[in-house]
Amino acid sequence: MTLTPKLGPGLGFGLGVVAFYFLMPLVSAFEFSARGAGNVYSLEAYGRIASQYGFKDVILLTTRLVFVTVFLTILIMVPTVTWVHLKAKKLRRLIEFISLLPLVIPPVVLVLGVLATMPNYLKGTPMLLALEYVMLAMPYTFRALDAGLGAIDVRTLVDAARGLGSPWHTVFMRIIAPNIRSAIFGSIFLTVALVLGEYTMASLMLWETFPTWIATVGQSEATLAVALSIFSLAFAWVLLLALSAVERRQKGRK
Amino acid sequence: MTPAEMRADVAAATGGNSGRGSYRRLLRASNTYIGLLPFFVYSAIFLALPTARVAFLAFRDQDDHWTLSNIFESFHGVYLLSFQRSIQLSLVSAITGAIFGFIAAYAITVSKIGFLRRIVQTASGVFANTGGVPLAFMFIATIGTYGLVTKGLKLVGIDLYKGGWTLFTFTGLILVYLYFQIPLMVIVILPAIDGLRLEWREAAATLGASKQQFWRYIAGPILLPPFTGALLLLFANSFAAYATAAALTSGTIPLVPIQIGSLVSGNVIADEANLGYALGLGMILIIGFVMTGYAILQRRTAKWLS
Repeated sequence: MTLTPKLGPGLGFGLGVVAFYFLMPLVSAFEFSARGAGNVYSLEAYGRIASQYGFKDVILLTTRLVFVTVFLTILIMVPTVTWVHLKAKKLRRLIEFISLLPLVIPPVVLVLGVLATMPNYLKGTPMLLALEYVMLAMPYTFRALDAGLGAIDVRTLVDAARGLGSPWHTVFMRIIAPNIRSAIFGSIFLTVALVLGEYTMASLMLWETFPTWIATVGQSEATLAVALSIFSLAFAWVLLLALSAVERRQKGRK
Repeated sequence: MTPAEMRADVAAATGGNSGRGSYRRLLRASNTYIGLLPFFVYSAIFLALPTARVAFLAFRDQDDHWTLSNIFESFHGVYLLSFQRSIQLSLVSAITGAIFGFIAAYAITVSKIGFLRRIVQTASGVFANTGGVPLAFMFIATIGTYGLVTKGLKLVGIDLYKGGWTLFTFTGLILVYLYFQIPLMVIVILPAIDGLRLEWREAAATLGASKQQFWRYIAGPILLPPFTGALLLLFANSFAAYATAAALTSGTIPLVPIQIGSLVSGNVIADEANLGYALGLGMILIIGFVMTGYAILQRRTAKWLS
């Protein structure tokens, strides 16, 4: 009985320190962003975001990157992972290994190789970023979709649909997709969060996306940069919270 | 499945025609791979090819001849220092992050407060993915020269910046990195802590074990592989990080990713242009080595966790 663990004062203190460490920057960032002229608190920095130079272009480019990355990710990963579950169970390990490689090859190294291999017409367009973001997101998208497809009986569903004469695109759109809807949403959220936060490749390939723009703004206006940081973190957090809600629901169904 | 495919399957299952086995095997193999072709082609073009190119160029000089001088250079002078600094930074942030992450994870497990656990778990998932430029600015607002905590400490008589310390130094960077290292530790170690069964504690207690003995002989050995594995993952996580350091220090601390970044941006003497590839190759090798260790330990852990 003496060994039953309890939350004693030692552990409680430790947890308190960690909580303080995580909450303080949130509070401080908000306080900092609300510092107005003449020691008066105001939220005018947030109001200035939209009128800031370059804002429209940055939002436009980032949005385009998000859409292209998500589209390509779904287009490539959903059929691939479905195929793995349907016909190539033996290759699952290999596919998983390949999809995890972007965790071993850091973006800062990958960008070196990309600049050295890609043809000029691709290097001249920011959409090369989207093409690489698909790769960077793969460790997460593979896992999400793999878990989603592992939870349903793909083989039976596909055989039934094919047996009743539906073509492959119908199988994907009306059988597979609705059954792994939460896994698809999960990988979309992760991909969006990744694109909105990716700084390394964008800055080294000299494109102005949302994160690199914040860094640029920060060189002259710290208050505005902090406000933008809060804005972008809040957005990413909402996405990630939605993701964990989706995951919980998926687990609940299992 | 088309009728022909189904026939092939049935034939395969019943043994089929043994005379044409190799042809059939080839057909079946191509059947297995064909749906994976887009995936293979895509990762070959956008991952394998660029990576292979980095490895190749690490051994080439400006005039396209084979050379070892890039590799040699990357182990000398400021680049050797960068590797040392990167490894130090990753080690310290991994160990500190692992300790605090473990304490937090253990505390919420033993507290048995369900809602506390849910909050910490969700927050960890969110914070572990927080990095880059916004994180850097958040800390500038906290303990930068005009940060809230800096000002608060000044009010009680502590001047953080008196001794020449700034947020933009080695220790400052560690403080910032912990913001994504601790949550990652919580995520990775929670399942392992959950795996410590209450029955083991009771069994040990019944046999008269003390608290120290329980940790020394039961919990310690069980938690050591997952803890070490998590340590390796945290190491790799911080070793590869570029954005936060770049945004925060603007290159004042020599770290390998930062050096590569400035080589890409062209802040470099002409004959060092291929050096970046050697540094990149070095990074891949170190992270690959560490992650292999992580995978091995992970598999060992999975054995008793499931």
